[in-house]
Amino acid sequence: MINVRNLTKHFDKKQVLNDINLDIKTGEVVAIIGPSGSGKSTLLRCLNLLEKPNSGTIEINDVKLDTQKYKARDAYQLRQQTAMVFQHYNLFKNKTALKNVIEALLVSKKMKKEEAIQIGEDLLKRVGLEKQAKQYPATLSGGQQQRVSIARALAVKPHAILFDEPTSALDPELVNEVLQVIRELAKEDTTMVIVTHEMQFAKEVADHVIFMADGHIIEQGTPEQVIDHSLNPRTQRFLRQMGDESDVAAR
Amino acid sequence: MNFDLQYMLEISLQIAKYIPITLVLAIVSMVLAIIIGLVVALIRNSNIFGITHVAALYISLFRGMPTLVQLFIIYYGLPQLFPSLTTMDAIMAAIIGFSLKESSYLAEIFRAGLNSVDKGQMEAGLATGMKRVQIYSRIILPQAALNALPATGNTFISLIKETSLAFTLGITELFAEGKMIASANMRFFETYLVVGLIYWLLVILYSWIQKYLEIWLSKPLRR
Ligand SMILES: Nc1ncnc2c1ncn2[C@@H]1O[C@H](COP(=O)(O)OP(=O)(O)O)[C@@H](O)[C@H]1O
Ligand SMILES: [Mg+2]
Repeated sequence: MINVRNLTKHFDKKQVLNDINLDIKTGEVVAIIGPSGSGKSTLLRCLNLLEKPNSGTIEINDVKLDTQKYKARDAYQLRQQTAMVFQHYNLFKNKTALKNVIEALLVSKKMKKEEAIQIGEDLLKRVGLEKQAKQYPATLSGGQQQRVSIARALAVKPHAILFDEPTSALDPELVNEVLQVIRELAKEDTTMVIVTHEMQFAKEVADHVIFMADGHIIEQGTPEQVIDHSLNPRTQRFLRQMGDESDVAAR
Repeated sequence: MNFDLQYMLEISLQIAKYIPITLVLAIVSMVLAIIIGLVVALIRNSNIFGITHVAALYISLFRGMPTLVQLFIIYYGLPQLFPSLTTMDAIMAAIIGFSLKESSYLAEIFRAGLNSVDKGQMEAGLATGMKRVQIYSRIILPQAALNALPATGNTFISLIKETSLAFTLGITELFAEGKMIASANMRFFETYLVVGLIYWLLVILYSWIQKYLEIWLSKPLRR
């Protein structure tokens, strides 16, 4: 469960998030769509305090935090509740695929090495990379790196996983292998918040779609409501532009 | 021509006996400088108000004064203020002087090394629930070390050569020994040439070690 109340964030004078309210149920898959610069990444990054919000409260699975007064310890507690998959993977460059997956288990969860390795190998298998366990990120393709990063996120058994455009940096032919892994997770009731430009994919996996523009949540609802039958002109305009782009890409 | 190769070979061994003291000066100072430099770099990079300025001042001050002057301040100057320091060992004074000096260079090198590590590495660590200290020590420092290694190596090479200044505090190391032998035999060219060549040899030896260190550290980053 993720509850966000009256979240605001500005960079210098620029208001990037305006009074955001969000309710995500456990097991729910939420897709966030919207034009570039609308604050989607900032919203995700506020949820794990990679960006410091200016006001509002965030509650994730029993850990509740007032963003105006919290201590390093509270931030640490809140971050334990989620894991993040970044657009540019951000795998630890000095660690092998397996070490990337088990790093947090070893240092944060103080797990025994053998046990962590077992979990790591199972997770790599799950994303189809058991053979690449000993390879360093530099030797993996973008799609493989992103799958390792999903395994890394799963390892800590987070309450929810935050995906920030997980396929945007990938060559088109590598997009599907990553989406496939996320589809599998969606089937297993993993709570996920996914920022994406893949409308077809969003429609498939999401229980709930949020359309953002200019730091506001403009519209939200089921994929049918928001993506197929939106009555909101902003949403319609955005979807039309996305449609044009994918037509160009398809050609 | 007045040049005695036989003499050069004879004194080589005699001077080489002082390689250990030169190496002790260089290596101990370097180890201390790395520790101090790293602390200063981390402070300089933190945004704790005030203390970053102190770190900046430290760097500026020690980089701005000649090494020789610093050695004199420490060895001849400080005991005047603190009489208990009169018994300070010259080697100790030299090591303190060299490590303070080199640490100011290293602090800047390390800071650049730390800043060259992609910000996403820290974010990924935080997002998986690791603590900053853990991320620094296990993820960021190893990557920064590789970036900083060439410049750090150059600093060490300079330091090896700069240890010759220790003779001014009355320490007998490579250069001081050479000076004595040269005066005793009135053969200046050969003697100082031998001294110079020994420094050169040490530098070559180190460069060779550094090459392997670089290969080892960069192993994860090669495609
Ligand atoms: N660190 C930052 N400093 C200043 N402005 C930022 C920073 N991060 C994002 N912004 C600005 O905030 C707005 C929203 O950015 P972002 O959340 O990345 O949008 P999106 O992910 O929807 O493309 C943009 O105008 C962007 O330029
Ligand atoms: Mg973004």
